[in-house]
Amino acid sequence: MTILSRRGFLVTGSATAGLLVGVGLPASAAPPSTSVKGFTPNAFVHIGEDGQVTLTMPYVEMGQGTYTSIPMLVAEELEIPLSRVRLEHAPPDEKIYGNPLLAGVQATGGSTAIMASWKPLREAGAVARTLLIQAAAEQWKVASDTCRATAGEVIHAPSGRRASYGTLAATAARLPVPQDVPLKDPKAFKLIGTPAKRLDSGGKVNGTAVFGIDARPPGVKVATLAQSPVFGGRLKRVDDRAATAVKGVRQIVRLDDAVAVVADHMGAALKGLAALEIEWDDGTHRQVSNGQVVRQLEQATLASGPVAEKIGDVTTALASAPTKVEAIYQVPFLAHATMEPMNCTVHVRPGGCDVWVGTQVAARAQAAAARVTGLPLEKVLLHQHLIGGGFGRRLEIDGVARATEIAMKVAGPVKVVWTREEDIRHDMYRPYWLDRMSAGLDGEGRPVAWNHRFAGSSVIARWLPPGFSKGLDPDSVDGAVNLAYDLPNKQVEFLRVEPPGIPTAFWRSVGPSHNVFVVESFMDELAAAARQDPVAYRLALLDKAPRAKAVLALAAQKAGWGETLPPGAGRGVSLQSVFGSYLALVAEIAVAADKSVRVRRVVAAVDCGTVVNPNTVRAQIESGVNFGITAALYGEITVKDGMVEQSNFDDYRMLRIDEAPVIEVHIVPSTESPGGMGEPGTSAIVPAVANAVFAATGRRLRKMPVNLESA
Amino acid sequence: MSLSVKVNGKKHSVDVDDDTPLLWVLRDVLGMTGTKFGCGKALCGACTVHIDGVATRSCVTPVAGVGTSEIVTIEAVGATDAGARVQKAWLEVEVVQCGYCQSGQIMAATALLTANPNPSDADIDDAMSGNVCRCGTYPRIRAAIKQAAQSVARKGQGG
Repeated sequence: MTILSRRGFLVTGSATAGLLVGVGLPASAAPPSTSVKGFTPNAFVHIGEDGQVTLTMPYVEMGQGTYTSIPMLVAEELEIPLSRVRLEHAPPDEKIYGNPLLAGVQATGGSTAIMASWKPLREAGAVARTLLIQAAAEQWKVASDTCRATAGEVIHAPSGRRASYGTLAATAARLPVPQDVPLKDPKAFKLIGTPAKRLDSGGKVNGTAVFGIDARPPGVKVATLAQSPVFGGRLKRVDDRAATAVKGVRQIVRLDDAVAVVADHMGAALKGLAALEIEWDDGTHRQVSNGQVVRQLEQATLASGPVAEKIGDVTTALASAPTKVEAIYQVPFLAHATMEPMNCTVHVRPGGCDVWVGTQVAARAQAAAARVTGLPLEKVLLHQHLIGGGFGRRLEIDGVARATEIAMKVAGPVKVVWTREEDIRHDMYRPYWLDRMSAGLDGEGRPVAWNHRFAGSSVIARWLPPGFSKGLDPDSVDGAVNLAYDLPNKQVEFLRVEPPGIPTAFWRSVGPSHNVFVVESFMDELAAAARQDPVAYRLALLDKAPRAKAVLALAAQKAGWGETLPPGAGRGVSLQSVFGSYLALVAEIAVAADKSVRVRRVVAAVDCGTVVNPNTVRAQIESGVNFGITAALYGEITVKDGMVEQSNFDDYRMLRIDEAPVIEVHIVPSTESPGGMGEPGTSAIVPAVANAVFAATGRRLRKMPVNLESA
Repeated sequence: MSLSVKVNGKKHSVDVDDDTPLLWVLRDVLGMTGTKFGCGKALCGACTVHIDGVATRSCVTPVAGVGTSEIVTIEAVGATDAGARVQKAWLEVEVVQCGYCQSGQIMAATALLTANPNPSDADIDDAMSGNVCRCGTYPRIRAAIKQAAQSVARKGQGG
């Protein structure tokens, strides 16, 4: 498979490529391929007269497998083998490619792509199939219902006539597009539910896959930059004499709060950057520190806040409960640290602008460049690319705006590449959250009152302002409300408190990345207070939630829950119902003599509804779990004197292969609508690890990351 | 003054400072973008290439120090026996996700299998722990290395 730009498609016409040729060209924002001869029944599917099926992908590939699972939906209904589908990145156009589950923003995030595509993309394929059948029936002067589609052909069995989709494309293109078409009975699925191979692997194993950072428009210069180390600081003075003397350095670009070195290649740009003598005006955030943030959150949570969920009467129930449990939980700021550092290539010309970038928000990226240049939207051509790790970082357009600011001052195209240090110190961070939990247990140890009050940044309030209403937003409380557990008296309150000067953003598993840790750790505390087994304790609260109960029971059974482990080892469990999927994890950890923690084995049981591609489900659980273990064991961004203290993989540590657990995934068959799988593993593993540490050591970890050395 | 480097069997003359990291010569001067930038400090392995067969972090390797050594990158590693086996195993095991680190992973794995056709888990840990994968494809990287090793072993037995 190749992924072609619309321009590439026009140029190469009927060029075909084998499965292993790989992802090639970036997509451009040219208008839909109506100029290409063929049949375009909707914004997603195009069938050329040569029979080539091209799918315009509304969601972008960043590792999660969407460039395989979404084509499967279309190919299933269109009755073609998956290998026949060629992909194009969608151009920026929110009216056509907006995500219905993210308020119409053209965004890939929140584990929504399959949920959002499940009906529309199958319909896109079914409409095309229906029209191709009609076209054949018309040509043959037979009834449509005597024809059927299979393997890229329409067949009229009674007469033995057959016609390929390509030969029918011109006729089909003239037919009116039907409003309602029948979708296939799931029992007839040939492709959905099979472990079809990823379509994007070929180019990713031979170096031909093109990420944003690989864009090389003719004449491109490379720039790297330094931004004010203190949040919100300004550039005061730069001595660039030594930098401009570096071979290959072409230009120094000064912005209000940053300075960039433009060079023939990144090596020269880096050398030039190191040679700059920069003075900053630190501005007003010099005093900002983690301690200040924590005090702010502690203070805020002393008072009650907007109520996100209220069941029964938690105050009365708490007052009368024989046993009370209270705890304060905290989770740190986290950086995304995508393997592909932030980058964006921009060419500002008189009257136009090109942007080459891998972005989770194509339309917003285009708009950002338009805003900076003052150009109308249609003059900004966005070339979408594969994404070398998103995790929410590329739901933001600060990098596009920054690169465009630099490009405004450079003649010709310039690729702006963040150093890893700049990438980590000028990320937009997973918020710090602080939670006050209190619960009351009855005489049998069952929770009769559950009170959860927490404070932190609302990413939604900035990212999608209408989503923040009456002091609440759906993401901040996701994983805290609508729990699977039967809790007769429950209250959840959220207080929006923005950290001074520290930008926050979505981070893989978003709201649940924090809430599931708190809820599942506290549930473990309640089981301990009740002197009950953590799995049995949870199961007893799940009679009204059979899917949740089933995954928990399955994970426990497969993990050998209750079997003896050697000293220093422990098992911990977690259960969650977020992103439309049910996931239970059992983590097995071992504590070494130096008190470091190693996760040895993770057993997952998942019910994500109808499985489109079981291999993707497994891969995303493996991925999400390892991502979450990095956070649980090592993840912490700290701010001191208004600056982020971490800078690279030596002080912002990543899980490595020698530290990664064996991961087993068990999928519960289901005919429910599909749920999301890109993120659940990340939120679920953190409490499973913390609970396993408790089982091994008796130490309850209420603050991430895991640290057994502190008192 | 221009320097000479030999990449994937082909000699190139490049006009850069002696201390320019090889990574940028490959990516920005020669346009071979398969080798990736991750950290700039030999902490993540995304930039791994082979220099005379040895897995080397090109982001901290001054180009002048390479001299006449043979540089092999992801673009050509499939022409080697071990490289082809590793790439095949990577596809069969469905290792990749975002894919950004995989050039470096494949270069490191190929160097490992070239030196040690039948690596143990500990050998894999030693050889591969310098390569970060943020998508967490580690279980599949391990499985693919073992699969590639088995294919070498089978070939050795004439099978």
